Parts: sequence; structure tokens; C-alpha cells
Amino acid sequence: MIILILSWILIFTGIFLCFTAVLGLLRLPDLYTRIHAAGISDTYGVGLVVFGLILQTGISLISFKLIFIVLLLWYTSPISSHSLLKAAYQSKLLPALKDEEKST
Amino acid sequence: MFLIACIAILVIMLLIVVRAFYGPTVYDRILAVNVFGTHAILLIALYGYLTNRPEFLDLAIVYTLINFTGVLSVLKFIDKLNKFNEEGESV
Repeated sequence: MIILILSWILIFTGIFLCFTAVLGLLRLPDLYTRIHAAGISDTYGVGLVVFGLILQTGISLISFKLIFIVLLLWYTSPISSHSLLKAAYQSKLLPALKDEEKST
Repeated sequence: MFLIACIAILVIMLLIVVRAFYGPTVYDRILAVNVFGTHAILLIALYGYLTNRPEFLDLAIVYTLINFTGVLSVLKFIDKLNKFNEEGESV
């Protein structure tokens, strides 16, 4: 019973982190900051939800498949984020800097 | 309870589509599609638990790989397109 409640807490925390990441994706000012916000949902959004599902099913073939999904995602999402960033930088996309004249 | 989680992820995916629509550069749209694919993997796994069918996890594994390969292919295509526009030669 405790394991069931803990797994639901983990699943809903993971979904809340995904929502936070998407909120950052909508509101942040520049591409480079949005890539950072998207990385949150790739690692901890999926990780917490899948860990909650593993706690619910116990040790079986299903939990091995879930661990496999998470490992694949954790290995490949930094590669795609880095490639996107490098392609954006090489096509001369400048980051949005704060104006120094406005702050004084 | 799985139904509530699935509906929450569907609402989140709708917000990601808004970013894919508005993004001023093409890289914003590629990023939105990548994040949309990651949430689709979550949705497939939760839907498998909702309908009590463990076969949906195989689909999630396959879609992880397809999402990754698709983003890298689109980036390579856009890189070649940018070089073609700059130099004026066929790549």
C-alpha cells in the first residue's frame, strides 16, 4: 500500500516536472535557454514517471523494458540537444543578451 | 488515476504544439518536435498501463530510437540547405 502511494507521488511529480519544462519552453526569451528547459523533461520528467511505474509492477520483464527505455533516453537526449545547439550556433544565431544601457 | 495522468500529458503536448507554431526560427520548431516525441513515449507507456497491456512498452522503445534518429536527420538536412544557400552550388 505504501509502495502504491509512493509510486503515484513519483508519477505525478514527474508529470509536474514535464509541465514546468513546457512552461519554460513557452516563456523563455531565446532558443538557447529553451533547450535548457527542454532538457528537464527529457531526464527527470521521464525518469520519475518510469521509476514510479517500476515501483508499481515490481521485478519482472516489464520493469526491465522500462529501465531500457530510460537508459536509451538518457543516453540519446544530450546528443540531440548538443547537435541542435551546435547547428544553431553555426548558422550564426545570436543569443539574446541583456542591454547594459537599460539597467542603469 | 492512469486516465488523469494521460489527460495531463495530452494537455502538455498541446502546449508544446503552440511553441512549434510560434517559434521564430526553425530550430525552435525542431526542439518542440523533439520534446513532443519524448512526451509521446510517456503517453504510450501510460496508455499501456491504462489498458493493462504490457506490449505497448515495445512501441515506446522503438519510438525512442525513431525520435532520436529523426531529429539528427532533420538537422543534417537543414545544415546542407544552409550551405547550398550560401555557396550557390549543389551539395
